Amino acid sequence: MSADVLPEVIIEPGRSSANYWRDLWRFRELAGFLAWRDIKVRYRQAALGIAWVVIQPLVQTLLLSFVFGKLAKMPDGGVPYVLLVLSGLLPWQLFTAAFNGAGNSLVGNANLISKVYFPRLLVPLSCLVIALVDFGVMLALTLPLTVILGIVPGWQLLLLPLFVVLTLVIACGAGLWITALTVKYRDFRFITPFILQIGVFVTPVGFRTDFLPNWRDLLALNPLSGAVDGVRWCLLGGHTELYGPGLVVSCIVAAILLSSGLWYFRRTERQFADIV
Amino acid sequence: MSRPIIDVSGLSKRYVIEHESRHDNLRDTLHHTARKVWRRLRWGTGFDHEEFWALRDVSFSVQPGEVLGIIGRNGAGKSTLLKILSRITEPTNGRAVIRGRVASLLEVGTGFHPELSGRDNIFLNGAILGMSRQEIRRKFDEIVAFAEVERFLDTPVKRYSSGMYVRLAFAVAAHLEPEILIVDEVLAVGDAQFQQKCLGKMGAVASQGRTVLFVSHNMGVVANLCSRVILLDQGSVAADGAPGHVIGTYIQSGAQLSGHAVWADDRPDTGSGKLRLHAARILVDGRVTADVPIDRSAILEFDFSVLARCQAGSSIHLFDKQGVWVLCSGPASTLLEPGRYRHRVTLPENFLNDGLYQVSIILLIDVTNIQVHVREAVSFTVHETGVGREEYGGVMNGCIRPLLAWESSALSGNAS
Repeated sequence: MSADVLPEVIIEPGRSSANYWRDLWRFRELAGFLAWRDIKVRYRQAALGIAWVVIQPLVQTLLLSFVFGKLAKMPDGGVPYVLLVLSGLLPWQLFTAAFNGAGNSLVGNANLISKVYFPRLLVPLSCLVIALVDFGVMLALTLPLTVILGIVPGWQLLLLPLFVVLTLVIACGAGLWITALTVKYRDFRFITPFILQIGVFVTPVGFRTDFLPNWRDLLALNPLSGAVDGVRWCLLGGHTELYGPGLVVSCIVAAILLSSGLWYFRRTERQFADIV
Repeated sequence: MSRPIIDVSGLSKRYVIEHESRHDNLRDTLHHTARKVWRRLRWGTGFDHEEFWALRDVSFSVQPGEVLGIIGRNGAGKSTLLKILSRITEPTNGRAVIRGRVASLLEVGTGFHPELSGRDNIFLNGAILGMSRQEIRRKFDEIVAFAEVERFLDTPVKRYSSGMYVRLAFAVAAHLEPEILIVDEVLAVGDAQFQQKCLGKMGAVASQGRTVLFVSHNMGVVANLCSRVILLDQGSVAADGAPGHVIGTYIQSGAQLSGHAVWADDRPDTGSGKLRLHAARILVDGRVTADVPIDRSAILEFDFSVLARCQAGSSIHLFDKQGVWVLCSGPASTLLEPGRYRHRVTLPENFLNDGLYQVSIILLIDVTNIQVHVREAVSFTVHETGVGREEYGGVMNGCIRPLLAWESSALSGNAS
């Protein structure tokens, strides 16, 4: 065996590995394995098991439909209110799961980080995979329900993946910031639930924006508005309207979040093992 | 000689210990920053922070196929060195060039999930260590056979005995095929037979021309397995060469450190009119040393003279490195004629926790009348060998660390 043909790694202060992205690719299966581990373990010793994937959003849908539809009497534009909520809840849950999971991922895997090398980026990325799996399950249940309640999705459904990616990009960007900050400042563990509690009201989860012209521009400042509106538009076959400017804001903010999140994560990554 | 597979030059690692409490939350940081700015404005200085160099200017190179042992006392920088070479943490200064794939095993069973079955954990752990799914599948049977857990493959590992757990964990790591294998004191866990098997495996890895870096406190194993040994002392390379020579240096330096002490007869602080302390030493297996393996008993003995007939007694006080008074102990006093005497006491195995201990020796008459009190007469380090740790590789807190008889049982009515 000759040492000359082997990959050469140089370890120096301040030098992030030149092979970072190659390593990320080499370890790509690990993200899948971490996600698979978390999914497999999640409902162990829970009597209702996998049913929790459904119960939680179901209760939330009913609650939000009651609050916004019945109590606040928000306009529904002829769409069953439950469907409005459900189609908003899908992307919101996707965001919540991805953002929450990514945010806690590094501290939650501290034992790995201090004992084994692999590109740390894989840990938060594995949380996106988990969120996506949950999303898939919920989507598979939502689609038949939509048809039963009288709405047939149209060609718009084909664009759904785009909005899913948009949601994930926002969640990933925000999640990278939070997880890198949480390693150093555990305060961010308390900030995350707080953001999510407020978020469910300032994101059009329980109401449609096209009937709220006065609030629309304000809501568009929240990058998730565009994503949630988009998913709803795809699922409800164009029964709601897509708001162009909102979508543009979403995409711009998402790009900024992701690139800055990556930048901060990569910058602090090298110290994770020392401070986690 | 071919090109070295590992080339380390001037490697240093500094940890900064802030004396103002660690600020792990935002409020503290804001507060701290505000105070720092204020101080700087007022006095032109920042906060004191103590620097701790875990490694200082370490250089060496390793040829392909070498089995390099790294030895040294607790805190000498061994683990830090391995962490840097494994790319877990980055150095403060210097550089290391590594020409080949590295697999490091700094802890047994990193990433094992107790709820998952043995089968699942093999895949998970393999992926964490950098194996691809196909690679794991190809070696799966070999791993299972090596770990001897065939019958329990589908049982969650939390129900494994600690021996099975360790066997499985080592088996996964041992079947990686890297050019460089880095192993930290992990073989110490598990029964003797399995240890033998692991060592055999590591020997086999080396004989295939792979390079092994191996940290251990077990000098016997280091001497057997390694072709070359580096001794680290306070973060620097103190010796580098043939195993016999370097291990000799290490053991000697331990003895000089404080494993034994002799006091001249004219010192005022070690004698009185009636009693005089001459020497004290710590023995493991009949040899003077300051290094006590945690699972071996150590003998503390001291020689003294009785200068005038008296009811003489003695006592030892044991302190840990934080100065916590761990114990005091002494024999019943006896009426002694003038002459030389020796008191010896056995510190049992599996009793003190790992770490540094200081011994004070007291000679007294009439039960309470202290004649001689020598503080820090001798000191010694108890170090880990892995016994009693089961699968846990982290810090165990406390002054003492006895092996207690645990029982665990499942209560009826569990959902399985």
